[in-house]
Amino acid sequence: MTLIKTTYNRRSFIKSSALAGGGMVIGFSWLASCNPTPEQVNNMPKEWFDINGFLKIGDNGMVTIMSPNPEIGQNVKTSMPMIVAEELDTDWDNVIVEQAPLNTDIFQRQLAGGSQSIRAGWQGLRMAGATARHMLIAAAAEAWQVPASEITTAAGTITHKASNKSAGYGEMASSAATMTVPEEVSLKDIKDFVIIGTDRRNVDGPNLVTGKSLFGIDIQEEGMLIAMIIHPPAFGLTYKSMDADSVKSMPGIKDVFPIDVYPEGVEKQWSDGGAIDKLVAIVGESTWQCMQAKKALNVEWEKTSTLESTEGHNEAITKLLNTSSKEPARKDGDVASAFKKSAQIIERTYSAPFLAHNTMEPMNFYADVTGERAILNGPVQTPEFLEKTLASRLDLPLEKIDIKMTRMGGGFGRRLYGTFGVEAAVISQKMQAPIKLVYTREDDMTQGTYRPTYKVKYKAGLDKDGNLIAWHVKGAGSNDDLIFENRFPAGAVDNYLAEKFTLETNVTTGAWRAPRSNFIAGAEQAFLDEVAEAAGKDPIEFRLELFDRAIKDPVGDPKNNDYDPERYAGVLKLVREKSGWDGNQKNGTARGVSSYYCHNSYVAQILDLSTDVSPPKVNKVWCAVDCGIVINPMAAKNQIEGGIIDGIGHATYSEMTFEDGKPQHSNFDTYRLIRHKEAPKEIESFFVDNGIDPTGLGEPSLPPVIGALANALYRATGQRHYNQPFITEKSVIG
Amino acid sequence: MANFSLKVNGKTEQIDVDPTTPMLWVLRDHLKLVGTKFGCGIAQCGACTVHLGDNAVRSCQLPVSAVGEQSITTIEGLSENGDHPVQKAWIEEDVYQCGYCQAGQIMNASAFLKKNPNPSDVEIEDAMNGNICRCGTYTRIKKAIKNAANSSNA
Repeated sequence: MTLIKTTYNRRSFIKSSALAGGGMVIGFSWLASCNPTPEQVNNMPKEWFDINGFLKIGDNGMVTIMSPNPEIGQNVKTSMPMIVAEELDTDWDNVIVEQAPLNTDIFQRQLAGGSQSIRAGWQGLRMAGATARHMLIAAAAEAWQVPASEITTAAGTITHKASNKSAGYGEMASSAATMTVPEEVSLKDIKDFVIIGTDRRNVDGPNLVTGKSLFGIDIQEEGMLIAMIIHPPAFGLTYKSMDADSVKSMPGIKDVFPIDVYPEGVEKQWSDGGAIDKLVAIVGESTWQCMQAKKALNVEWEKTSTLESTEGHNEAITKLLNTSSKEPARKDGDVASAFKKSAQIIERTYSAPFLAHNTMEPMNFYADVTGERAILNGPVQTPEFLEKTLASRLDLPLEKIDIKMTRMGGGFGRRLYGTFGVEAAVISQKMQAPIKLVYTREDDMTQGTYRPTYKVKYKAGLDKDGNLIAWHVKGAGSNDDLIFENRFPAGAVDNYLAEKFTLETNVTTGAWRAPRSNFIAGAEQAFLDEVAEAAGKDPIEFRLELFDRAIKDPVGDPKNNDYDPERYAGVLKLVREKSGWDGNQKNGTARGVSSYYCHNSYVAQILDLSTDVSPPKVNKVWCAVDCGIVINPMAAKNQIEGGIIDGIGHATYSEMTFEDGKPQHSNFDTYRLIRHKEAPKEIESFFVDNGIDPTGLGEPSLPPVIGALANALYRATGQRHYNQPFITEKSVIG
Repeated sequence: MANFSLKVNGKTEQIDVDPTTPMLWVLRDHLKLVGTKFGCGIAQCGACTVHLGDNAVRSCQLPVSAVGEQSITTIEGLSENGDHPVQKAWIEEDVYQCGYCQAGQIMNASAFLKKNPNPSDVEIEDAMNGNICRCGTYTRIKKAIKNAANSSNA
């Protein structure tokens, strides 16, 4: 049993909760979603009691748990409440989950990003459940006049064995709500978990399969108008003028006007990355009418900076990699003399293009802004930062801005940058009416915060026995310097040099699922495969030797190394065992291996291609993961599978290119995403069971699979792949 | 603008819209049936799939004026209680991640299974290839379709 100090602030216990809804409103939305039977309606509580900001208990024992973080498909709306329910010790079948609005008084870090929701929320969620359980026990102890220490709980029931008394949580809820909040509470032992570590289906599942309104784009409010934007067609252009009158008279069109989204003096947050300061807004009664007006409207743009092209980006980035940095990011030993002593030197360059996020739900946001207050609702990964920008832009105090969060039709980093929320608010303010801003797919794909384009050059030196004695990595990216200098193999090679460069571009870039890792992992793992081959070693053995070195005799201060070599080696050994890897290629298949550490989790993968079809097809991916305690294995595996398919897809098929500042793809007819036929036939995941506090899974399975794919392709076709998307080279999967 | 009488999910609906308006926007904006999703607007992603009669069609490319007497079924009308074998299989397999594309996937899969109740893996892939899932739930979708086929045939 672990004792932890509780850390609630005053507002967490205000009884008239600031949370949306309350009482039967919550019950109603739950019931409406599941086609309730009369029996279920009768089973709804008559009264709810707020225990703390995270949960309320109904008089019949039902529990409403608020899910604090934005849901982008990473399944936190199920897994975070599971953690609360575990420590509350209630029956999961009696739990209703509700999405919390932004409320910084109660919740910490209401943000979806960096695979950090579970890791950062773990302790607080456990505390919320444990505190409530403690208060229920205290209420029972008082009612029964028995010592609290003799009371036990299980599945929503409180029991005092000695006096043969028991009560449901519902019976004690009203008095529990009045109990003193404990200063410290005990947490369950891991071995006593009954919810955590078990498969629990997505709480929104019944709503999703019946088409209920869940997403921002689904919002319908009384008097709501539809708004669309027109943004500059190229990076480097800005708004000049337009002939608004020509479309204002079109059916259903209410107004057409330029908007200064970010006039001078507005305090921008990091979440305003990719912002376009000036746009054209079209407001009308329906989406189709706005789309027609958008098409008919002539807008003049003027050039305000360079109109960049992909060719120019590639030349500039290549030039950067041909220079030397004055101050390397990390330097161990002396690579120059080690290369001189090397029996073999392998040098390879890898590249990847810009990528759009392409969430299936295009950017959108609902806003109702009047003089005194702003109400916003929609899909955003960073509501807290959006609120700050809005406060500055609308000149309103934070408490006059309410932001609710909808389920998001994908994020992948795109919705970290909530500029569309600011645009919606500014348009609503101008119209003095509630509006829903909706981007078209073309709007969505041709502006934004692209995954940067990257290039990396590796050079490795092997001694005559095939030992890695020198490693030099030089990387560059657009608006991003790419290299994690302290990640593997730093610390495992005596002579190590990492250099990094940034190419400034006016094509806006930002975080895209597993930033940097989404390229560098594939490049590094493909390079290691070549180095292992040159060394005449099995690629898994070769990696394990390096991890062994980092464990037993790390180069430099091991505290500087951004990985734990034992956990790294652990996943590699696990996937080797599960896949039956023996280094040989079986008839009709070709195998590649890869492993990577990012976002605090360790992943190793083996990918099998079927080579009896042309082009080869991904038959199976084995994936071993160390993310500590797994909250919900069924959902965790879903994240792993998604990351793997995402990685294979983008590395093989996807790219964004530019010509005179203009994005060359604007929809899925030419921007290729992976489809059913190209997806792996099977993915099998395995977890290391080590009881370590949980880390995230939204990102870590994506980066390494690109290396596993490249390595398997090499064994299938004899061709190495250096430049993404691989389809631009000779061999592809199908 | 013109008046149209539409059969949607077994009900007759009267609307007055521009005849070029795609059914997608008639459903979403006018009939408030938001389960049918906007993804690309050019019939490349399948998020807007509905049934026109027994056929799966892309509602973003179906002008309201072309519907006529044919019945339209959306995800909201696929079953009365959310218990169509495909819906049940989706829940059982816990298919979705973000969930946005899944209404289109389900509508496409249900129309396909009606025509081909015992599909092979390749037939499933061929039939579903027009529906993009950006989260990459393809392996679960395929499994759910196979389960739905098996349960319907049981």
